[in-house]
Amino acid sequence: MRITQGAFSFLPDLTDDQIRAQVQYCIDNKWAVSLEVTDDPHPRNTYWDMWGHPMFDNPDAAALMLELNACRKLYGDRYIRVVAFDASHGWESVKLSFIVNRPADEPGYRLERQETAGRMIRYTTRPYAADKPAGARYG
Amino acid sequence: MPAPALAETDVPQAATPTAIDLREEFETSGVKDVLAELDRDLIGLAPVKRRIRETAALLLVERARRRMGLAHETPTLHMSFTGNPGTGKTTVALRMADLLHRLGYIRKGHLVSVTRDDLVGQYIGHTAPKTKEILKKAMGGVLFIDEAYYLYRPENERDYGQEAIEILLQVMENQRDDLVVILAGYAQRMDRFFESNPGFRSRIAHHIDFPDYSDDELLRIAEQMLDQQNYLFDTKATAAMADYIARRRAQPHFANARSIRNALDRARLRQANRLFESAKGPLDAEALSTISAEDITASRVFALKPGKGASK
Repeated sequence: MRITQGAFSFLPDLTDDQIRAQVQYCIDNKWAVSLEVTDDPHPRNTYWDMWGHPMFDNPDAAALMLELNACRKLYGDRYIRVVAFDASHGWESVKLSFIVNRPADEPGYRLERQETAGRMIRYTTRPYAADKPAGARYG
Repeated sequence: MPAPALAETDVPQAATPTAIDLREEFETSGVKDVLAELDRDLIGLAPVKRRIRETAALLLVERARRRMGLAHETPTLHMSFTGNPGTGKTTVALRMADLLHRLGYIRKGHLVSVTRDDLVGQYIGHTAPKTKEILKKAMGGVLFIDEAYYLYRPENERDYGQEAIEILLQVMENQRDDLVVILAGYAQRMDRFFESNPGFRSRIAHHIDFPDYSDDELLRIAEQMLDQQNYLFDTKATAAMADYIARRRAQPHFANARSIRNALDRARLRQANRLFESAKGPLDAEALSTISAEDITASRVFALKPGKGASK
């Protein structure tokens, strides 16, 4: 099951040229771009691991592409996303984030129903991938 | 699954032109303006200007060839600027970045000027991230490494400079589309640096040598510098400055235009002092902006015998 998180996730995967163009757009808007990695695709998992520092003073998207390629070399079997942070006063938050790398095989989620008092049902989604220990989930 | 391009990244492919008017390209690309500016603003440096003209012509032709589908690879644009201090290497590098930007060989056209300290770390594992940080900053523009030979210290084989050199070489080779590296420094030491790092020599296509300025050129530079600060020489001061330049050249640590700038700064200091001490009434704009001969002849250079220090 294809994970859809962040912008563009219902589109086919972006090519490198398209990623570069999007990143350049972010940089031209003075947003700091950075990369984040995870192997836990749960939608509530907001804290992904950072790859390097946010780039506050690199005027060209090539810098991020360099890091992305380095990151793919090591974590090519995990989810990698680009995060664009707007540091301007009043925003100070992420303006855009999109997935730029995903595992070849995405097993999806198991939906668990827990019956509780009064015929009530509690739902839990659990990524199949998260059954395995962190670091050994894909590939 | 074929990936349809996003609208904003979808560049419409223009039909391959069958003929290109180089003259028109020269004018519309803005190269003409850059070269004209170079001619106007920089005094002397005739061989450098000639080399830049040649380089610009090559790049213009290369670009035309690419548009006609005759060339595909980005030409090697890395350069080395050699010459004595104060001969305008940094200034020309700035213009070069502008030129390459207008020709479309670099995307942003900014210049990141660094020295060994900015690239090489102080302990193990510090150098690579530091160098990469600088390289990332320079991407889309020009990385100007002043006194590049300090990166290589043969006397210490555990020097971290070697690590920076390796990363630099790798990026210079693999990401020629993303940045242009300009190495600068004294001619002799650069030669030795290239000898001991053959990787650099083979990756650098353009070697440009910056000659020293003649006395006459330095005087014109001095006048231009003053003019930019809204000062001027009176007639005696011009003669004194010419004399000063000839004497200063014979002294050690002569740094061409930089020495002139420093001399002018000191002359302005003396002029201010003179006005402060001698003025007996209100001063007009002319008095405030005129450097006279005594402001220059007070320099210690005149106290020394001419020619002293020239023989080392």
